[in-house]
Amino acid sequence: MRKKIMYSFPDEVLEHVFSFIQSDKDRNAVSVVCKSWCEIERWCRRKVFIGNCYAVSPRMVIKRFPEVRSIELKGKPHFADFNLVPDGWGGYVLPWIVEMAGAYPWLEEIRLKRMVVTDESLELIAKSFKNFKVLVLFSCEGFSTDGLAAIAAGCKNLRELDLRESEVDDLSGHWLRHFPETCTSLLSLNISCLGSDEVSVSALERLVGRCPNLKSLRLNRGVTVDKIANILHRAPQLVDFGTGSYSAELRPDVLLNLAGAFSCCKELKSLSGFWDVVPAYLPALYSVCSRLTSLNLSYATIQNPEIIKLVSNCPNLQRLLVLDYIEDSGLEALASSCKDLQELRVFPSDPFGAEPHVSLTEQGLVAVSLGCPKLQSVLYFCRRMTNAALVTIAQNSPNFTRFRLCIIEPKTADYLTLEPLDVGFGAIVEHCKDLRRLSLSGLLTDRVFEYIGTYAKKLEMLSVAFAGDSDLGLHHVLSGCESLRKLEIRDCPFGDKALLANAAKLETMRSLWMSSCTVSFGACKLIGLKMPRLNVEVIDETEPPDSRPESCPVEKLYIYRSVSGPRFDMPPFVWTMDEERKVMH
Amino acid sequence: MEGGLVLLGGGGGGNGGSSSGVSTNESAVLSKVEVVSEAESELELGLGLSLGGGGCSTGKTKASNSSWGECGRILTAKDFPSSVVSQRTNNGGPSSVAVSGTKRSAESVSHDSGSPTAVSQVVGWPPIRAYRVNSLVNQAKAQRGDEEDKPKDDLKKKHNYNGKQISSTVNEKGHLGFVKVNMDGIPIGRKVNLNSHSSYESLAQELEDMFLRSANSVEKEPSTMASKLLDGSSEFVLTYEDKEGDWMLVGDVPWRMFVSSVRRLRIMRTSEANGLGMYK
Repeated sequence: MRKKIMYSFPDEVLEHVFSFIQSDKDRNAVSVVCKSWCEIERWCRRKVFIGNCYAVSPRMVIKRFPEVRSIELKGKPHFADFNLVPDGWGGYVLPWIVEMAGAYPWLEEIRLKRMVVTDESLELIAKSFKNFKVLVLFSCEGFSTDGLAAIAAGCKNLRELDLRESEVDDLSGHWLRHFPETCTSLLSLNISCLGSDEVSVSALERLVGRCPNLKSLRLNRGVTVDKIANILHRAPQLVDFGTGSYSAELRPDVLLNLAGAFSCCKELKSLSGFWDVVPAYLPALYSVCSRLTSLNLSYATIQNPEIIKLVSNCPNLQRLLVLDYIEDSGLEALASSCKDLQELRVFPSDPFGAEPHVSLTEQGLVAVSLGCPKLQSVLYFCRRMTNAALVTIAQNSPNFTRFRLCIIEPKTADYLTLEPLDVGFGAIVEHCKDLRRLSLSGLLTDRVFEYIGTYAKKLEMLSVAFAGDSDLGLHHVLSGCESLRKLEIRDCPFGDKALLANAAKLETMRSLWMSSCTVSFGACKLIGLKMPRLNVEVIDETEPPDSRPESCPVEKLYIYRSVSGPRFDMPPFVWTMDEERKVMH
Repeated sequence: MEGGLVLLGGGGGGNGGSSSGVSTNESAVLSKVEVVSEAESELELGLGLSLGGGGCSTGKTKASNSSWGECGRILTAKDFPSSVVSQRTNNGGPSSVAVSGTKRSAESVSHDSGSPTAVSQVVGWPPIRAYRVNSLVNQAKAQRGDEEDKPKDDLKKKHNYNGKQISSTVNEKGHLGFVKVNMDGIPIGRKVNLNSHSSYESLAQELEDMFLRSANSVEKEPSTMASKLLDGSSEFVLTYEDKEGDWMLVGDVPWRMFVSSVRRLRIMRTSEANGLGMYK
């Protein structure tokens, strides 16, 4: 008789061990080791990330993980940022809040991205979670300051309220007064998205004054530069500060006060805001520059030499967001001053003009790639590019993890050789072995996709527009990119063949978006029929897709994997290709 | 990783695919789709994927719709009346339709040499979030004051929209351009970019396309319905909420004045609109 040796620890010990495992991937790995580990792990999982709110139902999540304290949800497809997803498409958080209100009374954190959040949802949050601490609404919409008032009043232990880039109906600036006098727990407050309505600055000052742990404060445009000094004096411990409108009538005493206030903030590492900049107020920042690691000037319509002056004084800068007013000369200055730079984003000041008004070209990016060895993440809008420049950039910066290039005019060729930019982007994917995110632009043939399929093995997200010649392009990507999770395509001649050939691949990805391509309605139906674990949604705002022949291309297509079947909250212009529901809303 | 998927009735694996393409014949779609697996050589794949329904062409072909051959045809922009794939000026409006041949419309964009608004006619391009665009134009507005023709020197080279008048709506939120539109009886609202219009007529046209055409999906009313919204002869009338929170009939004041005071729009039933704005 062999003695059975039990290697198991008591559950509590395992739970304790698991508590050190924070990453989702590791937690998921733990849960498939064996049944008992799965059971123990699910009871002690505290944080859940759901990249697509329609991939799973709230009930399923609650059933599997009964003791969650923190949840993150994402709703609309990324192209919703550019108005390609019609209003009313979906992404409503209310059903989630309703379920969680009952199941997770101890929920502490809710982070949402691209979701529709109503005042009703916010009120429910304020009422249902007694220990609620963190609310992040990234790029959300559907709520007003009434909902915010409910949060302010109801969440006694609120630590973080971050409304970044959300669209809020500003009914009244007085919602800030709803923070009770007893509220001293705030660590982070980001109201930069609120409009120019009068925000109660006095309420803001008092709030800031009584929260000694406030580390991050981002004001909205309604707060003018003359009000900043008072606020900063109450919060010298700030690490991250976003100004409001950086303008006011120029007065030397205001400037002096401002400079004094900034110099008191010894921990300040990150600055943003800067709407309506009056350049004369910029010197107030100089005392902070040497400590700055992050600077967001992407709303500041200042030009050189002011930009160069600022940037050259920030030797520790790791992250810079700026408008193309910086020009090539400013980027060269950046390259020589900021050797720690990791992330650069250059936005266009005049995106719809046909002629360039600033001297920002491929040279600027080449200079930065040469001068900043730690550069990892780039978002660059420009009007011309060459393969040679891209090859140089690729060779200079093999550490890129994110590379997004937007040449403003679609299908722009290499301006020197007039060739497509296939080789240039090919060099990027070949040299940057850790590339996770890539956005293409310019004139591109199927060739570039061949390079991507061959080399971009770690690529997780790819954005394509006005590129390619045939289905072969799409096939290269779907068959070659092993790590691909999100693919979004617009205005490319990709149709049925590649999609049908690689339908199984779609189940390994989070989602696929295709708009203004040549995928037929028949192919959509077929995928919906054959792949029950995929939700195939067709968006058509003019008429039902089945009122036309099946060979007709669909306007927009969104395919995502889901374990909860097709959704029930589709608006009239979205059709599901689910076999059971038989092409209906 | 198997890239192929056999959608034929028979056969379980996916490796036997030959190089025929996908037929788009209606009945054929469901019964005869063969697909190429990864194991196939790339050259064959190239052949396969670039073919229409036969097996006769070699090498790369552009995805011209005529290669579908006898198996059916993808309808292109040519097949539709020009009103469907039209050069709409709505930047942010989601109603810009590209049924097919958007490659065509993209081509026409880039071939449209000399047209100053070439880029702005493509929806959602360049890929910049609306609030960022609004913020830029709004700042220009704020710096110039309310007079559009009072340029400051340092702004001259910045905000040149090629001489186009920028009629900006600086509404209460300071968000330029996009205002919400609701229509009685339709629960879901939409958004429209006022900056892409320079007259009541074109605004009404877009609204008609957004709301009234999708409501009557089969009948395509002639575009005179647009003016009905404005002249009061239709079942619906176009109203707006102004800065002071009052609801007014659209069309009474000059366009630019309207644009600078409008907060949001509502397509109201005529019966409910009686007495609106009459006392203003």
